[in-house]
Amino acid sequence: MATQGVEQPPVQRPRGKTASGGRKPADASPLTAYLFMAPYLALFSIFILVPVVFGVWISFHSWDPLLPVKPWVGLQNYVDLISPGSTTFEPFWKSMEATGKFTLYSVPLLVIIPLLIALMLNREFRGRNFFRATFFAPYVLGVAVIGILWRFLLDPNVGLVNYYLGTLGLPDNIPWITALPWAWVSLVGVTVWWTLGFNTVIYLAGLQDIDPALYDAAKVDGANGWQRFVNVTLPGLRPVLLFVITVTILASANMFGQSYIITQGAPGAETKTAIWYIAEQGLRFFKMGPAAAMSYVLALALALVSLANFALFRYRGD
Amino acid sequence: MTQRTVRAEPKDGQGNLGRFVRLIPSYAGLVLLTFVFVAPLLWMLSTSLKPDFMTTRFPPQWIPRDISGEGYSTILTTSSANPVLQWFLNSMIASSAHTVLVLITASMAAYALARMHFPGKNLMFVVIVLTLVIPQFVFLIGNYLIVQSFGWLDTLLAVIVPGAAGAFGVFFLRQFFLSLPLELEEAALIDGANRLQIFLRIILPLSKAPLATLAVLSFLTNWNDFLWPVYVLLSPESLTLPPGLAILQGAYTTNYTVIMAGGVLASIPVLIIFAFAQRYIIEGVSRSGLKG
Repeated sequence: MATQGVEQPPVQRPRGKTASGGRKPADASPLTAYLFMAPYLALFSIFILVPVVFGVWISFHSWDPLLPVKPWVGLQNYVDLISPGSTTFEPFWKSMEATGKFTLYSVPLLVIIPLLIALMLNREFRGRNFFRATFFAPYVLGVAVIGILWRFLLDPNVGLVNYYLGTLGLPDNIPWITALPWAWVSLVGVTVWWTLGFNTVIYLAGLQDIDPALYDAAKVDGANGWQRFVNVTLPGLRPVLLFVITVTILASANMFGQSYIITQGAPGAETKTAIWYIAEQGLRFFKMGPAAAMSYVLALALALVSLANFALFRYRGD
Repeated sequence: MTQRTVRAEPKDGQGNLGRFVRLIPSYAGLVLLTFVFVAPLLWMLSTSLKPDFMTTRFPPQWIPRDISGEGYSTILTTSSANPVLQWFLNSMIASSAHTVLVLITASMAAYALARMHFPGKNLMFVVIVLTLVIPQFVFLIGNYLIVQSFGWLDTLLAVIVPGAAGAFGVFFLRQFFLSLPLELEEAALIDGANRLQIFLRIILPLSKAPLATLAVLSFLTNWNDFLWPVYVLLSPESLTLPPGLAILQGAYTTNYTVIMAGGVLASIPVLIIFAFAQRYIIEGVSRSGLKG
């Protein structure tokens, strides 16, 4: 870890007075503690607690900040989302489908490919840190840079991708950003390229926490490479795998910039994701009531997926 | 982090040479991957240095024969519709201010949570940690209205302050403070130092590595943030670089020299930070995952 050598288990102080009596006069009053907490707690309350609760309140209204009256509509915004024929039903579920597809296509790749790369890097050899840093590098660039760069590279006429496919004798006129299924191939591919390093370094840290003695023992027992992977590596990585899958699903559900810049939602609104639709409805068209309701529905969907994921891991573990 | 030591090779005559031979396929794969990761970035740089008419010529010129500064001079020249230099300054100001705000507020709260006793402490900690699992978009509508009611829409305050409420910094620093030996503080308390003095003179100097990690991660996150600034920054002169780049692309559609120059400009600060603080970034990312 990046910490100094002094590693000590956290010592829990007994509550209240200690045996040595007034050993810590500065703590006599909790006022000091509250003063230390105050700046962060102010931020936390205003920008985290209030918005979550306020959002629920907004979702029960027809809320347009430009209008003086914001009528209470009860559950109507939620009912609209499950009523075929309402103005929001079709586009909202279309955008949910886009987010769902993106998650379904990208998560398996972002779970498996970084694991393979981490396994390649998890040995002693010259240049190991160089490779690790290189694969991580795109991740430190923002989605805006990645987006404009790949929109150029994937341009059907002047982009390098089609050019090099052509030199390999493959089709050189693929409409990467304007037609299906290519738009999804592009968005998923770019996202894998961009964020793969993040999962790789998490896997690497996990791999280094596996006791080398376990591998030696497996070797002594005559286990081959694949058996060692299945019986030592995978079980050792369980918590890390769960973390990687959870975080990757969450990140996929938040997908916005890639389709906003690269495909611009095309073709039609096929690649317009849920979070984009919500932000647009709420913050461009000021239909904040429906937008707030949608964000809670998306959060609920995400919570269900995460719970299923956790349950699956527990089930497999027992 | 403890590097795993090289284990003894099997005693069947395979020395360094055998080891090297077995690594060749891996090396080949890794070199190929390196190319996949680096080539697009080099193409961005290369395109940004070409005269516009050369950017879409095939076969591709990786090393521009005619170097041209027209892309950079276009984006750096003040233009009221696309003041790229202003966006760059805005991003610098916003990310720096955001980072300072995170460091101050998170370290103070983390210290109180790690070392002090006060009514409500456990409840506060649980609530703060629980919010780590709430996806960001849940705050979107509410925060927009709050920022609007403060009169912060279309100002840098909108991209500096709300993001600093995230619980990661507090959680991350608290973990580290808990690992520091208690004796130092106790000795100082006996000597009559107060909590603020201990915090400033003992705790913070011992925490340079985690503070650097948090600073770098906060700066990068803020520098790259896209969705929120797209919706809260509206007029051309108040944008940060990410929403600015999207606008630049719309304005210069096929003038790739200009668009790629914008991309390079936005990449330089983060790549410099990455080059120097790589260890903090990578270890911060990998450890935050495991301790969670």
